[in-house]
Amino acid sequence: MMLVALAFVLWLLGWWINTRLAEGPVAQTRVVRLAVPLIFGATILLVWELLVRGLQVPLVILPAPSLIAARFMASLPILWQDFVQTFVKGALSGYLIGCSAAFLMAVAVDRSDFLRRGLLPVGNFVAALPIVGTAPILVMWFGFDWQSKAAVVVVMVFFPVLVNTVAGLRETSAMQRDLMETYAASYWQGFFKLRLPAAMPFIFNGLKIATTLALIGAIVAEFFGSPTVGMGFRISTSVGQLALDMVWAEIVVAALAGSLFYGLVALIEKAVTFWHPSQRG
Amino acid sequence: MRSVLAVLTVVAAIVAIWYAACLPMNIKGVLTEAERAGAVVSPEGAAARRAMSPWALVARNGFAIPATWEQERPRLPAPHQVAVELWQTTVNKKITSKRSLVYHGWVTLSATLLGFAIGTGLGILLAVGIVHSRVMDMSVMPWAIVSQTIPIIALAPMIIVVLYSVGVQGIIPKAVISAYLSFFPVVVGMVKGLRSPGPMQLDLLKTYFASGGQVFWKLRLPASMPYLFASLKIGIAASLVGAIVGELPTGAVAGLGARLLAGSYYGQTVQIWAALFAAAILAACLVGLLGLIERVTLKRMGMAA
Repeated sequence: MMLVALAFVLWLLGWWINTRLAEGPVAQTRVVRLAVPLIFGATILLVWELLVRGLQVPLVILPAPSLIAARFMASLPILWQDFVQTFVKGALSGYLIGCSAAFLMAVAVDRSDFLRRGLLPVGNFVAALPIVGTAPILVMWFGFDWQSKAAVVVVMVFFPVLVNTVAGLRETSAMQRDLMETYAASYWQGFFKLRLPAAMPFIFNGLKIATTLALIGAIVAEFFGSPTVGMGFRISTSVGQLALDMVWAEIVVAALAGSLFYGLVALIEKAVTFWHPSQRG
Repeated sequence: MRSVLAVLTVVAAIVAIWYAACLPMNIKGVLTEAERAGAVVSPEGAAARRAMSPWALVARNGFAIPATWEQERPRLPAPHQVAVELWQTTVNKKITSKRSLVYHGWVTLSATLLGFAIGTGLGILLAVGIVHSRVMDMSVMPWAIVSQTIPIIALAPMIIVVLYSVGVQGIIPKAVISAYLSFFPVVVGMVKGLRSPGPMQLDLLKTYFASGGQVFWKLRLPASMPYLFASLKIGIAASLVGAIVGELPTGAVAGLGARLLAGSYYGQTVQIWAALFAAAILAACLVGLLGLIERVTLKRMGMAA
Protein backbone atom coordinates (compact mmCIF):
# COMPACT_ATOMS: atom_id res chain seq x y z
CA MET A 1 0.00 0.00 0.00
CA MET A 2 2.92 2.26 0.85
CA LEU A 3 4.25 1.89 -2.68
CA VAL A 4 0.90 2.67 -4.25
CA ALA A 5 0.60 5.81 -2.15
CA LEU A 6 4.15 6.71 -3.13
CA ALA A 7 3.26 6.24 -6.79
CA PHE A 8 0.33 8.59 -6.37
CA VAL A 9 2.49 11.21 -4.66
CA LEU A 10 5.13 10.87 -7.35
CA TRP A 11 2.58 11.37 -10.09
CA LEU A 12 1.35 14.56 -8.45
CA LEU A 13 4.94 15.74 -7.97
CA GLY A 14 5.86 15.11 -11.61
CA TRP A 15 2.72 16.87 -12.79
CA TRP A 16 3.40 19.80 -10.47
CA ILE A 17 6.96 20.21 -11.77
CA ASN A 18 5.74 20.08 -15.35
CA THR A 19 2.99 22.59 -14.66
CA ARG A 20 5.50 24.96 -13.12
CA LEU A 21 7.88 24.51 -16.05
CA ALA A 22 5.24 24.78 -18.76
CA GLU A 23 3.53 27.86 -17.37
CA GLY A 24 6.66 29.52 -16.04
CA PRO A 25 8.67 32.20 -17.81
CA VAL A 26 11.20 29.72 -19.23
CA ALA A 27 8.62 27.58 -21.04
CA GLN A 28 9.84 28.45 -24.53
CA THR A 29 13.51 27.58 -24.02
CA ARG A 30 14.92 24.51 -25.68
CA VAL A 31 15.91 22.81 -22.45
CA VAL A 32 12.42 23.02 -21.00
CA ARG A 33 10.81 21.86 -24.21
CA LEU A 34 12.99 18.77 -23.99
CA ALA A 35 12.78 18.35 -20.23
CA VAL A 36 8.99 18.37 -19.88
CA PRO A 37 8.28 15.28 -22.00
CA LEU A 38 11.28 13.53 -20.44
CA ILE A 39 10.00 14.23 -16.92
CA PHE A 40 6.59 12.99 -18.03
CA GLY A 41 8.08 9.78 -19.43
CA ALA A 42 10.22 9.17 -16.36
CA THR A 43 7.23 9.74 -14.07
CA ILE A 44 5.19 7.20 -16.02
CA LEU A 45 7.99 4.64 -15.75
CA LEU A 46 8.40 5.19 -12.00
CA VAL A 47 4.68 5.05 -11.33
CA TRP A 48 4.47 1.87 -13.42
CA GLU A 49 7.30 0.31 -11.41
CA LEU A 50 5.81 1.29 -8.06
CA LEU A 51 2.31 0.19 -8.97
CA VAL A 52 3.46 -3.19 -10.25
CA ARG A 53 5.42 -3.77 -7.05
CA GLY A 54 2.84 -2.29 -4.73
CA LEU A 55 -0.11 -4.19 -6.16
CA GLN A 56 2.05 -7.28 -6.82
CA VAL A 57 0.88 -7.57 -10.41
CA PRO A 58 1.94 -11.01 -11.69
CA LEU A 59 4.65 -11.15 -14.33
CA VAL A 60 2.26 -12.63 -16.91
CA ILE A 61 0.17 -9.47 -16.89
CA LEU A 62 2.66 -6.64 -16.68
CA PRO A 63 6.36 -6.87 -15.81
CA ALA A 64 7.98 -3.96 -14.00
CA PRO A 65 10.26 -1.66 -16.06
CA SER A 66 13.27 -2.71 -13.97
CA LEU A 67 12.63 -6.35 -14.88
CA ILE A 68 12.33 -5.43 -18.55
CA ALA A 69 15.59 -3.47 -18.38
CA ALA A 70 17.31 -6.39 -16.65
CA ARG A 71 16.02 -8.78 -19.29
CA PHE A 72 17.09 -6.37 -22.01
CA MET A 73 20.65 -6.16 -20.70
CA ALA A 74 20.86 -9.92 -20.04
CA SER A 75 19.75 -10.94 -23.54
CA LEU A 76 21.60 -8.40 -25.65
CA PRO A 77 23.10 -11.07 -27.97
CA ILE A 78 19.68 -12.59 -28.72
CA LEU A 79 18.12 -9.17 -29.23
CA TRP A 80 20.95 -8.19 -31.57
CA GLN A 81 20.47 -11.38 -33.61
CA ASP A 82 16.74 -10.73 -33.86
CA PHE A 83 17.40 -7.13 -34.81
CA VAL A 84 19.77 -8.15 -37.60
CA GLN A 85 17.38 -10.81 -38.88
CA THR A 86 14.23 -8.68 -38.85
CA PHE A 87 15.45 -5.15 -39.31
CA VAL A 88 18.67 -5.31 -41.33
CA LYS A 89 17.86 -8.32 -43.48
CA GLY A 90 14.08 -8.14 -43.70
CA ALA A 91 12.92 -4.57 -43.27
CA LEU A 92 15.91 -2.62 -44.57
CA SER A 93 16.53 -4.64 -47.73
CA GLY A 94 12.81 -4.65 -48.49
CA TYR A 95 12.66 -0.92 -47.84
CA LEU A 96 15.52 -0.18 -50.22
CA ILE A 97 14.14 -2.44 -52.97
CA GLY A 98 10.57 -1.25 -52.57
CA CYS A 99 11.39 2.45 -52.44
CA SER A 100 13.74 2.36 -55.43
CA ALA A 101 11.25 0.31 -57.46
CA ALA A 102 8.47 2.75 -56.59
CA PHE A 103 10.67 5.71 -57.46
CA LEU A 104 11.68 4.30 -60.85
CA MET A 105 8.09 3.38 -61.59
CA ALA A 106 6.97 6.90 -60.69
CA VAL A 107 9.58 8.44 -63.00
CA ALA A 108 8.45 6.15 -65.81
CA VAL A 109 4.77 6.84 -65.22
CA ASP A 110 5.37 10.56 -65.00
CA ARG A 111 6.16 10.77 -68.71
CA SER A 112 2.62 9.81 -69.63
CA ASP A 113 -0.28 11.92 -68.45
CA PHE A 114 -2.70 9.10 -69.21
CA LEU A 115 -0.85 6.58 -67.06
CA ARG A 116 -0.54 9.07 -64.24
CA ARG A 117 -4.27 9.76 -64.19
CA GLY A 118 -4.91 6.04 -64.05
CA LEU A 119 -2.25 5.12 -61.55
CA LEU A 120 -2.82 7.79 -58.91
CA PRO A 121 -6.35 6.69 -57.88
CA VAL A 122 -5.38 3.02 -58.03
CA GLY A 123 -2.23 3.67 -55.98
CA ASN A 124 -4.12 5.73 -53.41
CA PHE A 125 -6.68 2.97 -53.16
CA VAL A 126 -4.10 0.23 -52.69
CA ALA A 127 -2.14 2.29 -50.16
CA ALA A 128 -5.21 2.26 -47.87
CA LEU A 129 -5.68 -1.52 -48.03
CA PRO A 130 -4.55 -3.97 -45.33
CA ILE A 131 -1.52 -5.13 -47.32
CA VAL A 132 -0.01 -7.02 -44.35
CA GLY A 133 -2.56 -9.64 -45.32
CA THR A 134 -0.36 -10.67 -48.24
CA ALA A 135 2.16 -11.98 -45.71
CA PRO A 136 0.94 -15.61 -45.70
CA ILE A 137 1.03 -15.72 -49.51
CA LEU A 138 4.52 -14.27 -49.74
CA VAL A 139 5.79 -16.54 -46.96
CA MET A 140 4.45 -19.46 -49.01
CA TRP A 141 6.30 -18.25 -52.12
CA PHE A 142 9.63 -17.13 -50.72
CA GLY A 143 10.09 -19.50 -47.82
CA PHE A 144 10.44 -18.82 -44.10
CA ASP A 145 13.70 -16.85 -44.17
CA TRP A 146 14.18 -13.10 -44.52
CA GLN A 147 13.47 -13.06 -48.26
CA SER A 148 9.74 -13.44 -47.65
CA LYS A 149 9.83 -10.65 -45.05
CA ALA A 150 11.64 -8.39 -47.48
CA ALA A 151 8.99 -9.22 -50.09
CA VAL A 152 6.18 -8.22 -47.71
CA VAL A 153 8.02 -4.97 -46.97
CA VAL A 154 8.47 -4.27 -50.69
CA VAL A 155 4.74 -4.64 -51.30
CA MET A 156 3.89 -2.50 -48.27
CA VAL A 157 6.19 0.44 -49.00
CA PHE A 158 5.70 0.44 -52.76
CA PHE A 159 2.39 2.26 -53.08
CA PRO A 160 2.83 5.05 -50.53
CA VAL A 161 6.19 5.97 -52.07
CA LEU A 162 4.82 5.67 -55.61
CA VAL A 163 1.82 7.90 -54.94
CA ASN A 164 3.87 10.52 -53.15
CA THR A 165 6.58 10.59 -55.80
CA VAL A 166 4.07 10.90 -58.65
CA ALA A 167 2.30 13.69 -56.80
CA GLY A 168 5.61 15.40 -56.05
CA LEU A 169 6.80 15.33 -59.66
CA ARG A 170 3.72 17.40 -60.57
CA GLU A 171 4.62 20.08 -58.07
CA THR A 172 6.35 22.50 -60.41
CA SER A 173 4.32 25.36 -61.86
CA ALA A 174 3.86 25.97 -65.57
CA MET A 175 6.00 29.12 -65.22
CA GLN A 176 8.96 27.18 -63.86
CA ARG A 177 8.68 24.52 -66.55
CA ASP A 178 8.44 27.22 -69.22
CA LEU A 179 11.59 28.78 -67.86
CA MET A 180 13.44 25.50 -68.28
CA GLU A 181 12.04 25.30 -71.80
CA THR A 182 13.38 28.74 -72.66
CA TYR A 183 16.79 27.60 -71.43
CA ALA A 184 16.46 24.79 -74.04
CA ALA A 185 16.84 22.26 -71.26
CA SER A 186 16.42 18.63 -72.27
CA TYR A 187 13.85 16.44 -70.53
CA TRP A 188 16.42 14.98 -68.15
CA GLN A 189 18.01 18.37 -67.40
CA GLY A 190 14.60 19.71 -66.52
CA PHE A 191 13.98 16.60 -64.49
CA PHE A 192 17.18 16.67 -62.43
CA LYS A 193 17.49 20.43 -62.01
CA LEU A 194 13.87 21.41 -61.49
CA ARG A 195 11.29 18.71 -61.03
CA LEU A 196 13.20 16.20 -58.90
CA PRO A 197 14.33 18.79 -56.31
CA ALA A 198 10.79 20.20 -56.23
CA ALA A 199 9.43 16.71 -55.61
CA MET A 200 11.81 15.97 -52.72
CA PRO A 201 9.50 17.06 -49.86
CA PHE A 202 6.81 14.75 -51.20
CA ILE A 203 9.21 11.88 -51.78
CA PHE A 204 10.52 12.15 -48.25
CA ASN A 205 6.98 12.24 -46.93
CA GLY A 206 6.43 8.88 -48.62
CA LEU A 207 9.79 7.56 -47.40
CA LYS A 208 8.94 8.53 -43.82
CA ILE A 209 5.56 6.80 -43.95
CA ALA A 210 7.35 3.78 -45.39
CA THR A 211 9.83 3.48 -42.48
CA THR A 212 7.05 2.55 -40.06
CA LEU A 213 5.35 0.30 -42.59
CA ALA A 214 8.61 -1.53 -43.25
CA LEU A 215 9.03 -2.52 -39.59
CA ILE A 216 5.36 -3.46 -39.24
CA GLY A 217 5.57 -5.62 -42.37
CA ALA A 218 8.74 -7.40 -41.30
CA ILE A 219 7.44 -8.13 -37.80
CA VAL A 220 3.93 -9.21 -38.77
CA ALA A 221 5.22 -11.42 -41.59
CA GLU A 222 7.17 -13.40 -38.98
CA PHE A 223 3.91 -14.30 -37.26
CA PHE A 224 3.15 -16.44 -40.34
CA GLY A 225 6.31 -18.48 -40.16
CA SER A 226 9.99 -17.70 -39.70
CA PRO A 227 13.30 -19.32 -38.81
CA THR A 228 13.92 -19.52 -35.06
CA VAL A 229 15.27 -15.99 -34.94
CA GLY A 230 13.70 -12.59 -35.49
CA MET A 231 11.72 -10.02 -33.56
CA GLY A 232 8.27 -11.21 -34.63
CA PHE A 233 9.24 -14.83 -33.96
CA ARG A 234 10.61 -13.94 -30.51
CA ILE A 235 7.49 -11.95 -29.64
CA SER A 236 5.08 -14.70 -30.63
CA THR A 237 7.03 -17.52 -28.95
CA SER A 238 7.75 -15.52 -25.79
CA VAL A 239 4.07 -14.66 -25.52
CA GLY A 240 3.38 -18.40 -25.76
CA GLN A 241 5.83 -19.06 -22.90
CA LEU A 242 4.35 -16.14 -20.93
CA ALA A 243 7.83 -14.59 -20.78
CA LEU A 244 6.43 -11.09 -21.02
CA ASP A 245 9.67 -9.42 -19.93
CA MET A 246 11.24 -10.76 -23.14
CA VAL A 247 8.28 -9.50 -25.19
CA TRP A 248 8.67 -6.04 -23.72
CA ALA A 249 12.42 -6.10 -24.36
CA GLU A 250 11.69 -6.84 -28.03
CA ILE A 251 9.15 -4.04 -28.11
CA VAL A 252 11.81 -1.69 -26.75
CA VAL A 253 14.11 -2.81 -29.57
CA ALA A 254 11.31 -2.29 -32.12
CA ALA A 255 10.56 1.16 -30.73
CA LEU A 256 14.23 2.17 -30.78
CA ALA A 257 14.75 0.80 -34.28
CA GLY A 258 11.59 2.47 -35.54
CA SER A 259 12.30 5.91 -34.16
CA LEU A 260 16.01 5.83 -35.12
CA PHE A 261 15.13 4.76 -38.66
CA TYR A 262 12.54 7.52 -38.90
CA GLY A 263 14.96 10.02 -37.40
CA LEU A 264 17.65 9.04 -39.90
CA VAL A 265 15.34 9.55 -42.86
CA ALA A 266 14.18 12.86 -41.37
CA LEU A 267 17.82 13.96 -41.03
CA ILE A 268 18.53 13.12 -44.66
CA GLU A 269 15.38 15.02 -45.59
CA LYS A 270 16.63 18.04 -43.70
CA ALA A 271 19.90 17.96 -45.60
CA VAL A 272 18.25 17.46 -49.01
CA THR A 273 15.32 19.85 -48.72
CA PHE A 274 17.05 22.62 -46.77
CA TRP A 275 15.46 25.18 -49.10
CA HIS A 276 11.87 24.21 -48.30
CA PRO A 277 9.84 26.58 -46.08
CA SER A 278 9.02 23.80 -43.60
CA GLN A 279 12.75 23.22 -42.96
CA ARG A 280 13.73 26.83 -42.43
CA GLY A 281 13.77 27.50 -38.73
CA MET B 1 -14.28 10.75 -68.16
CA ARG B 2 -10.69 10.47 -69.32
CA SER B 3 -9.66 9.65 -65.78
CA VAL B 4 -12.15 6.77 -65.60
CA LEU B 5 -10.74 5.40 -68.82
CA ALA B 6 -7.19 5.75 -67.49
CA VAL B 7 -8.06 3.97 -64.25
CA LEU B 8 -9.75 1.17 -66.16
CA THR B 9 -6.66 0.80 -68.37
CA VAL B 10 -4.40 0.50 -65.35
CA VAL B 11 -6.70 -2.04 -63.69
CA ALA B 12 -6.89 -4.04 -66.93
CA ALA B 13 -3.09 -3.99 -67.17
CA ILE B 14 -2.81 -5.29 -63.61
CA VAL B 15 -5.27 -8.12 -64.32
CA ALA B 16 -3.39 -9.01 -67.51
CA ILE B 17 -0.07 -9.12 -65.65
CA TRP B 18 -1.73 -11.26 -63.02
CA TYR B 19 -2.95 -13.80 -65.63
CA ALA B 20 0.49 -13.85 -67.22
CA ALA B 21 2.15 -14.37 -63.84
CA CYS B 22 -0.01 -17.44 -63.27
CA LEU B 23 1.86 -19.21 -66.10
CA PRO B 24 5.35 -19.41 -64.58
CA MET B 25 4.04 -19.67 -61.02
CA ASN B 26 1.80 -22.68 -61.63
CA ILE B 27 3.35 -24.47 -64.60
CA LYS B 28 5.41 -26.96 -62.58
CA GLY B 29 2.48 -28.13 -60.51
CA VAL B 30 0.28 -28.40 -63.59
CA LEU B 31 2.86 -30.48 -65.48
CA THR B 32 3.33 -32.84 -62.55
CA GLU B 33 -0.42 -33.38 -62.38
CA ALA B 34 -0.68 -33.83 -66.15
CA GLU B 35 2.11 -36.37 -66.18
CA ARG B 36 0.41 -38.34 -63.43
CA ALA B 37 -2.78 -38.31 -65.47
CA GLY B 38 -0.88 -39.82 -68.40
CA ALA B 39 -0.27 -36.83 -70.68
CA VAL B 40 2.98 -36.51 -72.60
CA VAL B 41 5.07 -33.79 -71.02
CA SER B 42 8.43 -32.54 -72.16
CA PRO B 43 10.85 -33.05 -70.51
CA GLU B 44 9.64 -36.12 -68.62
CA GLY B 45 10.07 -36.50 -64.87
CA ALA B 46 9.60 -33.84 -62.22
CA ALA B 47 13.32 -33.92 -61.37
CA ALA B 48 14.31 -32.91 -64.90
CA ARG B 49 11.88 -30.00 -64.80
CA ARG B 50 12.93 -28.66 -61.45
CA ALA B 51 16.08 -26.98 -62.73
CA MET B 52 14.43 -25.50 -65.82
CA SER B 53 13.17 -21.96 -66.00
CA PRO B 54 9.36 -21.77 -65.76
CA TRP B 55 9.08 -19.77 -69.00
CA ALA B 56 10.92 -22.47 -70.95
CA LEU B 57 8.50 -25.04 -69.55
CA VAL B 58 5.56 -22.89 -70.63
CA ALA B 59 7.04 -22.61 -74.14
CA ARG B 60 7.57 -26.35 -74.47
CA ASN B 61 4.19 -27.38 -73.05
CA GLY B 62 1.76 -24.98 -74.67
CA PHE B 63 -1.16 -27.36 -74.14
CA ALA B 64 -0.88 -26.87 -70.35
CA ILE B 65 -1.47 -23.12 -70.40
CA PRO B 66 -5.25 -23.17 -69.77
CA ALA B 67 -4.72 -25.55 -66.87
CA THR B 68 -2.52 -23.02 -65.04
CA TRP B 69 -5.64 -20.92 -64.54
CA GLU B 70 -7.79 -23.81 -63.32
CA GLN B 71 -5.70 -25.58 -60.68
CA GLU B 72 -7.33 -26.50 -57.41
CA ARG B 73 -4.48 -25.41 -55.16
CA PRO B 74 -2.37 -23.13 -57.36
CA ARG B 75 0.61 -21.18 -56.07
CA LEU B 76 -1.02 -18.11 -57.63
CA PRO B 77 -4.74 -18.40 -58.29
CA ALA B 78 -6.08 -16.65 -61.38
CA PRO B 79 -8.32 -13.59 -60.87
CA HIS B 80 -11.48 -15.40 -61.92
CA GLN B 81 -10.79 -18.21 -59.44
CA VAL B 82 -10.60 -15.67 -56.64
CA ALA B 83 -13.73 -13.94 -57.90
CA VAL B 84 -15.61 -17.25 -58.02
CA GLU B 85 -14.46 -18.14 -54.51
CA LEU B 86 -15.50 -14.70 -53.25
CA TRP B 87 -18.92 -15.08 -54.87
CA GLN B 88 -19.33 -18.64 -53.54
CA THR B 89 -18.44 -17.73 -49.98
CA THR B 90 -20.40 -14.50 -49.76
CA VAL B 91 -23.56 -14.76 -51.87
CA ASN B 92 -24.04 -18.51 -52.18
CA LYS B 93 -23.48 -19.37 -48.52
CA LYS B 94 -25.83 -18.78 -45.63
CA ILE B 95 -24.30 -16.02 -43.54
CA THR B 96 -24.50 -18.22 -40.44
CA SER B 97 -22.25 -20.80 -42.10
CA LYS B 98 -18.69 -21.11 -40.80
CA ARG B 99 -17.47 -20.95 -44.40
CA SER B 100 -19.22 -17.71 -45.23
CA LEU B 101 -16.92 -14.75 -45.67
CA VAL B 102 -19.77 -12.47 -44.63
CA TYR B 103 -19.74 -14.18 -41.25
CA HIS B 104 -15.95 -13.90 -40.89
CA GLY B 105 -16.01 -10.36 -42.22
CA TRP B 106 -18.61 -9.37 -39.65
CA VAL B 107 -16.52 -10.85 -36.81
CA THR B 108 -13.58 -8.71 -37.90
CA LEU B 109 -15.71 -5.68 -38.72
CA SER B 110 -17.44 -5.60 -35.34
CA ALA B 111 -14.09 -5.62 -33.53
CA THR B 112 -12.79 -2.95 -35.91
CA LEU B 113 -15.77 -0.65 -35.40
CA LEU B 114 -15.84 -1.06 -31.62
CA GLY B 115 -12.11 -0.38 -31.38
CA PHE B 116 -12.31 2.49 -33.83
CA ALA B 117 -15.11 4.13 -31.82
CA ILE B 118 -13.16 3.79 -28.57
CA GLY B 119 -9.87 4.94 -30.10
CA THR B 120 -11.42 7.91 -31.88
CA GLY B 121 -13.39 9.00 -28.82
CA LEU B 122 -10.36 8.87 -26.53
CA GLY B 123 -8.19 10.46 -29.20
CA ILE B 124 -10.52 13.44 -29.59
CA LEU B 125 -10.75 13.85 -25.82
CA LEU B 126 -6.98 13.84 -25.45
CA ALA B 127 -6.63 16.29 -28.33
CA VAL B 128 -9.08 18.66 -26.65
CA GLY B 129 -7.07 18.36 -23.46
CA ILE B 130 -3.82 19.00 -25.29
CA VAL B 131 -5.15 22.11 -27.00
CA HIS B 132 -6.45 23.58 -23.76
CA SER B 133 -3.62 22.69 -21.41
CA ARG B 134 -0.03 23.74 -21.99
CA VAL B 135 1.23 21.10 -19.58
CA MET B 136 -0.48 18.28 -21.40
CA ASP B 137 0.66 19.67 -24.72
CA MET B 138 4.30 19.78 -23.70
CA SER B 139 4.23 16.46 -21.83
CA VAL B 140 2.13 14.21 -24.04
CA MET B 141 2.36 15.58 -27.56
CA PRO B 142 6.01 14.63 -28.22
CA TRP B 143 5.23 11.06 -27.16
CA ALA B 144 2.14 10.93 -29.37
CA ILE B 145 4.29 11.98 -32.33
CA VAL B 146 7.08 9.53 -31.52
CA SER B 147 4.53 6.73 -31.16
CA GLN B 148 3.72 7.13 -34.87
CA THR B 149 7.22 6.06 -35.82
CA ILE B 150 7.26 2.82 -33.84
CA PRO B 151 5.54 -0.40 -34.86
CA ILE B 152 3.07 -0.53 -31.97
CA ILE B 153 1.32 -3.40 -33.71
CA ALA B 154 4.04 -5.60 -32.20
CA LEU B 155 2.11 -5.29 -28.94
CA ALA B 156 -0.86 -7.15 -30.44
CA PRO B 157 0.01 -10.74 -29.45
CA MET B 158 0.82 -9.67 -25.92
CA ILE B 159 -2.43 -7.79 -25.44
CA ILE B 160 -4.43 -10.83 -26.53
CA VAL B 161 -2.62 -13.15 -24.14
CA VAL B 162 -2.62 -10.73 -21.21
CA LEU B 163 -6.32 -9.99 -21.55
CA TYR B 164 -6.98 -13.70 -21.91
CA SER B 165 -5.11 -14.43 -18.69
CA VAL B 166 -7.29 -11.97 -16.78
CA GLY B 167 -10.39 -13.58 -18.26
CA VAL B 168 -11.23 -11.18 -21.08
CA GLN B 169 -11.72 -12.74 -24.49
CA GLY B 170 -13.82 -12.55 -27.59
CA ILE B 171 -14.25 -9.19 -29.24
CA ILE B 172 -12.63 -6.99 -26.57
CA PRO B 173 -8.91 -7.83 -27.04
CA LYS B 174 -9.13 -7.23 -30.79
CA ALA B 175 -11.04 -4.03 -30.18
CA VAL B 176 -8.31 -2.86 -27.80
CA ILE B 177 -5.69 -3.36 -30.50
CA SER B 178 -7.86 -1.55 -33.05
CA ALA B 179 -8.42 1.23 -30.56
CA TYR B 180 -4.78 1.98 -29.86
CA LEU B 181 -3.86 1.80 -33.52
CA SER B 182 -6.49 4.41 -34.42
CA PHE B 183 -5.84 6.46 -31.27
CA PHE B 184 -2.57 8.19 -32.16
CA PRO B 185 -3.38 9.28 -35.73
CA VAL B 186 -6.60 10.83 -34.43
CA VAL B 187 -4.80 12.65 -31.61
CA VAL B 188 -2.17 14.11 -33.92
CA GLY B 189 -4.66 15.07 -36.64
CA MET B 190 -7.18 16.51 -34.22
CA VAL B 191 -4.61 18.65 -32.40
CA LYS B 192 -3.55 20.06 -35.75
CA GLY B 193 -7.20 20.72 -36.63
CA LEU B 194 -8.12 22.36 -33.34
CA ARG B 195 -5.10 24.63 -33.73
CA SER B 196 -5.92 25.53 -37.35
CA PRO B 197 -7.91 28.75 -36.67
CA GLY B 198 -5.59 31.69 -37.21
CA PRO B 199 -4.92 34.57 -34.80
CA MET B 200 -7.34 36.78 -36.76
CA GLN B 201 -10.23 34.42 -36.19
CA LEU B 202 -9.36 33.91 -32.53
CA ASP B 203 -9.09 37.67 -32.05
CA LEU B 204 -12.49 38.15 -33.64
CA LEU B 205 -14.08 35.81 -31.14
CA LYS B 206 -12.25 37.63 -28.38
CA THR B 207 -13.79 40.93 -29.51
CA TYR B 208 -17.17 39.17 -29.38
CA PHE B 209 -16.32 38.43 -25.73
CA ALA B 210 -16.69 34.67 -26.38
CA SER B 211 -15.97 32.29 -23.50
CA GLY B 212 -13.49 29.43 -23.86
CA GLY B 213 -16.33 26.98 -24.41
CA GLN B 214 -17.85 29.16 -27.09
CA VAL B 215 -14.52 29.48 -28.89
CA PHE B 216 -14.26 25.71 -28.81
CA TRP B 217 -17.77 24.89 -30.06
CA LYS B 218 -18.14 27.70 -32.58
CA LEU B 219 -14.64 28.02 -34.00
CA ARG B 220 -12.13 25.32 -33.09
CA LEU B 221 -14.36 22.27 -33.47
CA PRO B 222 -15.87 23.25 -36.87
CA ALA B 223 -12.43 24.27 -38.13
CA SER B 224 -10.98 20.89 -37.16
CA MET B 225 -13.43 18.83 -39.23
CA PRO B 226 -11.33 18.44 -42.41
CA TYR B 227 -8.34 17.36 -40.30
CA LEU B 228 -10.53 15.03 -38.25
CA PHE B 229 -11.84 13.25 -41.34
CA ALA B 230 -8.38 12.90 -42.85
CA SER B 231 -7.13 11.19 -39.70
CA LEU B 232 -10.31 9.13 -39.32
CA LYS B 233 -9.63 7.60 -42.72
CA ILE B 234 -6.10 6.66 -41.66
CA GLY B 235 -7.43 5.48 -38.31
CA ILE B 236 -10.08 3.13 -39.68
CA ALA B 237 -7.61 1.50 -42.06
CA ALA B 238 -5.21 1.01 -39.14
CA SER B 239 -8.07 -0.35 -37.01
CA LEU B 240 -8.90 -2.97 -39.59
CA VAL B 241 -5.26 -4.05 -39.83
CA GLY B 242 -5.20 -4.21 -36.03
CA ALA B 243 -8.27 -6.43 -35.86
CA ILE B 244 -6.88 -8.76 -38.53
CA VAL B 245 -3.47 -9.01 -36.88
CA GLY B 246 -5.19 -9.48 -33.53
CA GLU B 247 -6.72 -12.69 -34.83
CA LEU B 248 -3.38 -14.21 -35.82
CA PRO B 249 -1.47 -15.12 -32.66
CA THR B 250 -4.26 -16.85 -30.75
CA GLY B 251 -5.37 -19.08 -33.56
CA ALA B 252 -8.82 -17.48 -33.51
CA VAL B 253 -11.48 -19.58 -35.20
CA ALA B 254 -13.45 -16.76 -36.78
CA GLY B 255 -12.57 -13.59 -38.61
CA LEU B 256 -10.71 -12.62 -41.77
CA GLY B 257 -7.33 -12.99 -40.03
CA ALA B 258 -8.31 -16.51 -38.96
CA ARG B 259 -9.25 -17.30 -42.58
CA LEU B 260 -5.82 -16.07 -43.73
CA LEU B 261 -4.06 -18.17 -41.12
CA ALA B 262 -6.13 -21.31 -41.77
CA GLY B 263 -5.58 -20.91 -45.49
CA SER B 264 -1.82 -20.65 -45.03
CA TYR B 265 -1.76 -23.73 -42.76
CA TYR B 266 -3.69 -25.93 -45.19
CA GLY B 267 -2.28 -24.53 -48.43
CA GLN B 268 -5.72 -23.25 -49.52
CA THR B 269 -4.35 -20.43 -51.63
CA VAL B 270 -7.68 -19.50 -53.20
CA GLN B 271 -9.12 -19.12 -49.73
CA ILE B 272 -6.26 -16.82 -48.68
CA TRP B 273 -6.73 -14.62 -51.72
CA ALA B 274 -10.48 -14.50 -51.21
CA ALA B 275 -10.03 -13.47 -47.57
CA LEU B 276 -7.45 -10.90 -48.64
CA PHE B 277 -9.81 -9.39 -51.18
CA ALA B 278 -12.65 -9.44 -48.69
CA ALA B 279 -10.44 -7.46 -46.30
CA ALA B 280 -9.51 -5.07 -49.09
CA ILE B 281 -13.15 -4.56 -50.08
CA LEU B 282 -14.06 -4.03 -46.43
CA ALA B 283 -11.30 -1.44 -46.02
CA ALA B 284 -12.33 0.31 -49.24
CA CYS B 285 -15.98 0.41 -48.11
CA LEU B 286 -15.08 1.81 -44.69
CA VAL B 287 -12.79 4.50 -46.12
CA GLY B 288 -15.34 5.25 -48.84
CA LEU B 289 -18.12 5.57 -46.28
CA LEU B 290 -16.05 7.98 -44.23
CA GLY B 291 -15.29 9.93 -47.40
CA LEU B 292 -19.01 10.18 -48.10
CA ILE B 293 -19.79 11.37 -44.57
CA GLU B 294 -16.95 13.86 -44.93
CA ARG B 295 -18.38 15.23 -48.19
CA VAL B 296 -21.89 15.58 -46.76
CA THR B 297 -20.71 17.10 -43.49
CA LEU B 298 -18.33 19.60 -45.05
CA LYS B 299 -20.97 20.56 -47.60
CA ARG B 300 -23.55 21.27 -44.93
CA MET B 301 -20.95 23.27 -43.03
CA GLY B 302 -20.17 25.23 -46.17
CA MET B 303 -16.56 24.04 -46.28
CA ALA B 304 -16.75 21.83 -49.36
CA ALA B 305 -13.77 22.29 -51.60
